[in-house]
Amino acid sequence: MSDVVAAEAAAGHAITELLSGFIQELRQAGLPVSLTENLDAMEAVKHIPLEDREAFKYALAATLVKNNAHWRAFETVFEVYFSLRGARYRIGDVDEDDLAKLLEELEQQEQQADGPRTGSGAGENMTPEEIAEMLYKALQRGDDALMRAVARQAVRRFAGMEPGRPVGGTYYLYRTLRNLDLDGVLDKLMQQARQDSPEPLTPLEERLEQDEFEHRIDQLKKEIESEIRRALVADRGVEAMAKTLRKPLPEDVDFMHASREEMASLRKAIYPLTRKLAVRLARKRRHGRKGPLDFRSTVRHSLSYGGVPAEPKFKYPRPSKPEIFVIADISGSVAAFARFTLHLVYAISNQFSKVRSFVFIDGLDEVTRLFEGVEDIADAVHRVNTEADVVWVDGHSDYGHAFEVFWSKFGKEVGPKTTVLILGDARNNYHASQCWVLKEIEKRARHLYWLNPEPKSYWDTGDSIVGEYANHCDGVYECRNLRQLEKFVDLLA
Amino acid sequence: MAESSYRFESVAAVRESLRKVDYLSDEGIAGIVYLADRLGKPILVEGPAGTGKTQLAKSVAEMAGARLIRLQCYEGLDESKALFEWNYKKQLLRIQAERGDGKTWENIEEDIFSEDFLLTRPLLEAISADDPVVLLIDEVDRVEVETEALLLEILSDYQVSIPELGTIEAKQIPLVFLTSNNTRELSEALKRRCLFLHIDYPELEREKEIVLTKVPDITESLADQVARIVRSIRQLELKKSPSVSETLDWARTLILLGIESVDVETAKSTINILLKYQSDIAKAVRELDQENGTITKAAAGK
Repeated sequence: MSDVVAAEAAAGHAITELLSGFIQELRQAGLPVSLTENLDAMEAVKHIPLEDREAFKYALAATLVKNNAHWRAFETVFEVYFSLRGARYRIGDVDEDDLAKLLEELEQQEQQADGPRTGSGAGENMTPEEIAEMLYKALQRGDDALMRAVARQAVRRFAGMEPGRPVGGTYYLYRTLRNLDLDGVLDKLMQQARQDSPEPLTPLEERLEQDEFEHRIDQLKKEIESEIRRALVADRGVEAMAKTLRKPLPEDVDFMHASREEMASLRKAIYPLTRKLAVRLARKRRHGRKGPLDFRSTVRHSLSYGGVPAEPKFKYPRPSKPEIFVIADISGSVAAFARFTLHLVYAISNQFSKVRSFVFIDGLDEVTRLFEGVEDIADAVHRVNTEADVVWVDGHSDYGHAFEVFWSKFGKEVGPKTTVLILGDARNNYHASQCWVLKEIEKRARHLYWLNPEPKSYWDTGDSIVGEYANHCDGVYECRNLRQLEKFVDLLA
Repeated sequence: MAESSYRFESVAAVRESLRKVDYLSDEGIAGIVYLADRLGKPILVEGPAGTGKTQLAKSVAEMAGARLIRLQCYEGLDESKALFEWNYKKQLLRIQAERGDGKTWENIEEDIFSEDFLLTRPLLEAISADDPVVLLIDEVDRVEVETEALLLEILSDYQVSIPELGTIEAKQIPLVFLTSNNTRELSEALKRRCLFLHIDYPELEREKEIVLTKVPDITESLADQVARIVRSIRQLELKKSPSVSETLDWARTLILLGIESVDVETAKSTINILLKYQSDIAKAVRELDQENGTITKAAAGK
């Protein structure tokens, strides 16, 4: 009897150990997990059957992750951390047996369909043709289990994973997807759908069919990704992989090196961010602290107390709304950064008395008109990239020339209320810097700030001359991700 | 707490009973409701508007046979609206009535600061209720950060401290739901005390089922079409994506108009039920109009 108790206590202890390791891992990935949340998680898993992997995951998420934007990061850490360890603690994993059974069934159906043939064993090593066929079927039916099986086969067959090879998951993902030719499969599926329907598809129906298939293909990609992750972890061990596979939180994604998927998550993150920022700034203005003594008003009110200044009156600060000039480099490497900054500045433009924007590569163009009376900022930002006339000679960044143009055309409009923001990496392709323009701007404007999307350690290396420009700026800030950008904009308004 | 005092058997049971009151949950939602009961913790429900956050609380109340007490948050909400207030008119009357009875001031003071003179507001009411209750604190992101602190005592310890009376503890731990549209970051202190549930737009299958249960007389194929069109629209970058309630409104409209299958024209003429911003409507109509939406979209995807 006491043995059972002891064994249970040991199991409980093991779970505690396991969870503390997991929480350690979450913190390393940048998720804020407090001690109480830690305790809650321990309490929560007691009520959840450990065999149910999904429930286990939700229980942990509910107690540990308090921000939806962190969900993806959590999911990745969870998968990596529990992919091997799970079994030891009887935490359910993706069921191997089910898959094998499913494959066998399929095989049998096939054989019944087109007679016996010398098929390979149940899914051990399928030929590319067989995989392509299976893929087509999986996508057409939208069968989850089949999709998982295809993902597994495809990774085994195409990723070319070799034990111990120090290559990241993205490389394998790319190789697998290239071999699967998903665009071709999509076309085939659409053709089939067109043939299957008794009447010709209307454009709307066609569109819906396509969305459906694209959705399934996305699911398949996710399956493949997690399959690769599992394989990598199995090969190199959890500790080694945890770090490389970690997904950065959206606010920590580097503007300059964001993948397409990360860009999408950034675009999604920016809207709630601007809303929050606007609310916060409006509040700051309303609840402004009291200013210095208002002598005139105090004396006037003292009359009702017989000349005794019993009730001191204070001036309420009326923070002046600055006028903002944004001058942004939109050449390839820093374009994404410029887009996000313009988006953010315009989203809170009611905090400023006026916002004007200029973009340049080696020529400079004013784009304020594109934002005027536009409801959809994202659309306007998109138009900036396509419509602005910014190429002068060869379309390589030339900060010097752009500044010169700015000064000769718009220099007079910079006044003592103006705050000028310059966005760019100051990689000038060894052209003349024309520093004097910044010096002049600094003299006239209220503030001159430079935002650089490059990490600080890269500044002034190669053709970057940010240091030279910095001499004339009130501040140069590193803005590599949304977190830093938000902090700066907060300071600005 | 005794084993029997739990409200729900298992996650599956929660899901099943929610379905009985016409709320289609998924694994996550049911799991967290179950956990909240077991751990005795409030749930913070976050997500886009119109995805059934408030409805969840209502449905859970209905399913558990509990009374729903609702506190609608707004800017400027304070203690006297959320927790309790002294009924000072009644107190005045009492003082006047007792004048001349030879009672000392101490007696009267003791009298007028008793529970008889307390006006309970939602939070206190939820705590002091004898019958089972579900407390819904709606749109908690609308109150100021300072006011959030009002909630902390009740959320972690299920008690309310009244200076004149002492601490009132809950007779039973109510299920508490807080909803937030995420217009601002809630304070760490509040988040820490809650289980977190994010309700997003439902998956295609679930949305179709919701339409089927909530809209009477709708055919399976129309529901399917509705759900698929809504999903396509949500993939556009819009100011405000259509919510579940708007999907339902749209489905009901189609039924009223006697439409059996949606084509581009009907979609265009009724889209203002799904979308509420002019720029969004324009965008969606443009998208629907594209004769060959497939080609442009595939090209953009590359």
